[in-house]
Amino acid sequence: MLLKNIRDQFPALDQKVYGKPLVYLDNAATAQRPDSVVELQKRLSQSANANIHRAVHKLASDATEAYENAREYVRGYLNAQYASEIVFTSGATASINLVAQSFGEAFVCAGDEIIVSVAEHHSNIVPWQLLCQRKGAVLKVLDIEKNGVLSPESLEKLISERTKIVAICHISNVLGLVNPVRELVAVCHKHGVPVLVDGAQGIVHSKVDVQELGCDFYAFSGHKVYASTGTGVLYGKKDLLDAMPPFMGGGEMIKSVSFKSTTFADTPTKFEAGTQNFNAVPTLIPALEFAKSQETDPAIMEFVYSKLTEDERITLYGTGFENKIPLFSFAVKGAHHEDLALIMDKMGIALRSGQMCAEPLMDRLGVTGLLRASFAPYNTMDEAKYFIECLNKAIGMLI
Amino acid sequence: MTNMTLEEKKQQVIEDFSMYEEWLDKYEYLIELGKALEPFPEAEKTEDRLIQGCQSRVWLSSEIQDGKLYFKADSDAIITKGIISLLIDVYSGHTPAEIAADDFGFVAEIGLKDNLSPTRANGLVSMIDRIKEIARGE
Repeated sequence: MLLKNIRDQFPALDQKVYGKPLVYLDNAATAQRPDSVVELQKRLSQSANANIHRAVHKLASDATEAYENAREYVRGYLNAQYASEIVFTSGATASINLVAQSFGEAFVCAGDEIIVSVAEHHSNIVPWQLLCQRKGAVLKVLDIEKNGVLSPESLEKLISERTKIVAICHISNVLGLVNPVRELVAVCHKHGVPVLVDGAQGIVHSKVDVQELGCDFYAFSGHKVYASTGTGVLYGKKDLLDAMPPFMGGGEMIKSVSFKSTTFADTPTKFEAGTQNFNAVPTLIPALEFAKSQETDPAIMEFVYSKLTEDERITLYGTGFENKIPLFSFAVKGAHHEDLALIMDKMGIALRSGQMCAEPLMDRLGVTGLLRASFAPYNTMDEAKYFIECLNKAIGMLI
Repeated sequence: MTNMTLEEKKQQVIEDFSMYEEWLDKYEYLIELGKALEPFPEAEKTEDRLIQGCQSRVWLSSEIQDGKLYFKADSDAIITKGIISLLIDVYSGHTPAEIAADDFGFVAEIGLKDNLSPTRANGLVSMIDRIKEIARGE
């Protein structure tokens, strides 16, 4: 498809900020939504706004059908074995918290160990810290290698007989490098340890096949992959989900309620307490359809990568062209990331600056924060050139 | 600005700012102010002088001379440094009572608050709050 036709599907891109055309390069935080997503949610909100799985009337049945179709679609997209392995949540954070709460309740005891990597988003650190505090368990940290990725060998050294779960990112939201998830999972499974993969960035930039990766849990958010915000997915292997207790009580997650004893619904319904985001969840279908069919122009990747690596004032974190997504976090000598972001904002460019919800990684890299530009398939080469031009101008203003 | 009243100083800042129409020019001006700010002793960059709630690090210290407050500040980000420089220029040399009673409304008048993103506007609010706290002796 022509780039112009792609951009036409995203009306949000066609706006001015401070009188300058918007150049949206904060896609790793939230991606813009195509018309197909916006229209679907609008249509469902107008025609099928009824609580799912409960009433027998037509609207409820339409809403339920749209919601369950999305479950089946996501199952197919991830190549999960069963639709019941797909739990809908409000986002990757909620997915990970669900596992930390429920898996933790069932399987983690005092003195047990949980492994996370130093390159995790806070959402894949804090839920495990809270679990460790509750249970008296120990959080162990896997470092990144010199090349910025996680190594199965280093992971294996960290695993002990007390390790209960390993939680790692598919692609770091700072470094933008694809981790060797299949090999990391294999090492864990050799020792009988399940693995949760934070796929918030992974789902956007790679074909995810959970059976091929072998992971036990895969978590992602809808809003980073062009779907409506407030949607999210937790894939979990059926036997594990079946063995985990519900973590939130409420409507629809039960079989029968009495004051003597309440029995719970089966997987995945037992994890979907209360009214779900039923008109938004179906937008995962057009959103993932878009994600599957488009990729960022490789020429943009090459251009930005070379410009940022050849400039001596700039340090790019997460180098290595082969396994990198079009996401660039960098520091400029003598210029603060906040100043650069502030100036470039007024030039129309939306960037991310700061710690990017990865404070431990910033400490590890020895920086207080970075500037990040993350590209999507709707970004153009002209935008990439304008970004580099404005970056140079902003640096010139500051040093 | 040392011999001016608080009101005169605020008017002066508003006038200075009105010379710049473009935001980039306002930033250039703030960068100049930031660069011109008197150096802040490294030894005084302590945790208790750090202002919470800013994306960049901002340190603020104060002393009282002849019943008047004098501020010193620094930041690792230059635009933020320009903003804090502007604030301490205006408020240094006034009594705690005068500063505590001020509404800091001139900050809104120069459009600084509205044109910063919420996280950065919070940083500005944190700076103002800290100056007020110091004036109230907290």
